[in-house]
Amino acid sequence: MASEGDRRPDLEVEARRSRLLGGLSLEAEGARGVAIALISTAVFLTVVIVAISQSPGWPEVHRVFFSWDDIRSTFPDIARAFVLNVKIFLVCEVFILVFALVIAVLRSLPGPVFFPLRALAIIYTDLARGIPTILVIALLGFGAPALQLQGVPTSRVFWAGVGLVLIYSGYVAEVYRAGIESVHPSQDAAARSLGLSRFQALRFVILPQAVRRVIPPLLNDFIGLQKDTALVGTLGVIDAFNQAQIDANSTFTFGSYLAAAVLFVAITIPLARFTDVLIARDRRRRQASGVFA
Amino acid sequence: MSALALEGVRKSFGANEVLRGIDLALEEEEVVCLIGASGSGKSTLLRCVNLLEPLDAGRIVLHGEEITRRGVDVNRVRQRIGIVFQAFNLFPHMTVLRNVMLGPREALKLSRDEAEARALELLGRFGLADRRDEYPDRLSGGQQQRVAIVRALAMRPELILLDEVTSALDPELVGEVLSVIRELAEGGMTMLIATHEMGFARDVASRVCFLDAGRILEEGPPDQIFAHPKEPRTRQFLERIVQAGRL
Repeated sequence: MASEGDRRPDLEVEARRSRLLGGLSLEAEGARGVAIALISTAVFLTVVIVAISQSPGWPEVHRVFFSWDDIRSTFPDIARAFVLNVKIFLVCEVFILVFALVIAVLRSLPGPVFFPLRALAIIYTDLARGIPTILVIALLGFGAPALQLQGVPTSRVFWAGVGLVLIYSGYVAEVYRAGIESVHPSQDAAARSLGLSRFQALRFVILPQAVRRVIPPLLNDFIGLQKDTALVGTLGVIDAFNQAQIDANSTFTFGSYLAAAVLFVAITIPLARFTDVLIARDRRRRQASGVFA
Repeated sequence: MSALALEGVRKSFGANEVLRGIDLALEEEEVVCLIGASGSGKSTLLRCVNLLEPLDAGRIVLHGEEITRRGVDVNRVRQRIGIVFQAFNLFPHMTVLRNVMLGPREALKLSRDEAEARALELLGRFGLADRRDEYPDRLSGGQQQRVAIVRALAMRPELILLDEVTSALDPELVGEVLSVIRELAEGGMTMLIATHEMGFARDVASRVCFLDAGRILEEGPPDQIFAHPKEPRTRQFLERIVQAGRL
């Protein structure tokens, strides 16, 4: 009985740790655990590989999707085109972070005076999250240049970027809002009681705490945005996706798509792991301090 | 002229009338303690004085200026009135020093050097100088509350409101906070204190007000209120406190 009671906290710590690392930690298992994991993984992979390569359709699947020659020959072209995806991602992200913050702040303004601004922010986030991204990009990317208005940019990449900013700002604004609402009202009271204005309280007290708390979900949206930059390809702009499509038409295999996928994943997976690390660190810090604030 | 005067102050939350006509005046350097059961309106009264809650009726006058009039600059008023909360409400993302400097820097627009000098002088006076670079969650409750008091003092307020500042503390930490308040009282700070610490109220108050159901039922010097309460309800309240071993 006593030993069971003593062990339980260890188990909890273990369970928590493996949760933190997405279930991949073997730290608590020791050397024997690592050995078991290695052997079990090797057996599992062998079974999977044998089963797949022995299956009747495999040679054809292999030729169409996993043609190493096609992947290798198309990779440089696609990598060059992928630079555009990364550029769109980086530039849009900056605008999204700023624009979404403005919307979130508008939505959290209290009192009847600000009703129209609050309503506007709510309508905006509803629309941005409700309309398919590809639709907005097509609308702006084909529509805006067609207007041929003076001073209006005609670059499709530009308008695709605008579309991504508009859509993603809706999501990111909601993430910010969750952060703002998670800061206890007593923090605002403390700031206002010092004679700070509403804006100063927001700037120095509420937002710094709110943003810190929502960094993991923000990164999650970054990952989604990085993937969605491929939607510019639908406008006929040569990005990684479109280049892969062009290459596929000349090789008659889908190896080029795989090459493009590898490039996207090369950016999104590190982002995902980085997000995990931040979440784990945040949780550790909260447990260490034992303070909810 | 009173430092602070409340005239017929009324405040309801929905159907619940929390303050039912409060008249109260504090003279310069006076320390007034508000006692009474939970829900008797002590905290609401303090929040009203700091304009954190709008009044339903009545007025509040600070050194001759009505602060509840229409169009008053609430930020300016709050700069003149310090408040310390039960749960400290320090800013968890700022060091002790930055917590104390924020008000003087941003509300009073002092230069960084001025604000820092002012903060360090106060932190030193209350034995917190070596904590200046800590974050609040690394401090004991008593230290956090002392920082909160210093943060209020850094604004050089005309008046300080203390809202049950020892209620969230472990018993062994209450003393250090009370001695800070005692020091302020001796230094001539005008204070309005809501408290459950009857011994402290008896000690430090120049006047004690017993709040009951949103009214000041009885007020007078501490000796009179604690030793010879006139109202039966005051007597009842104090008896319960004695039974709980708090007096």
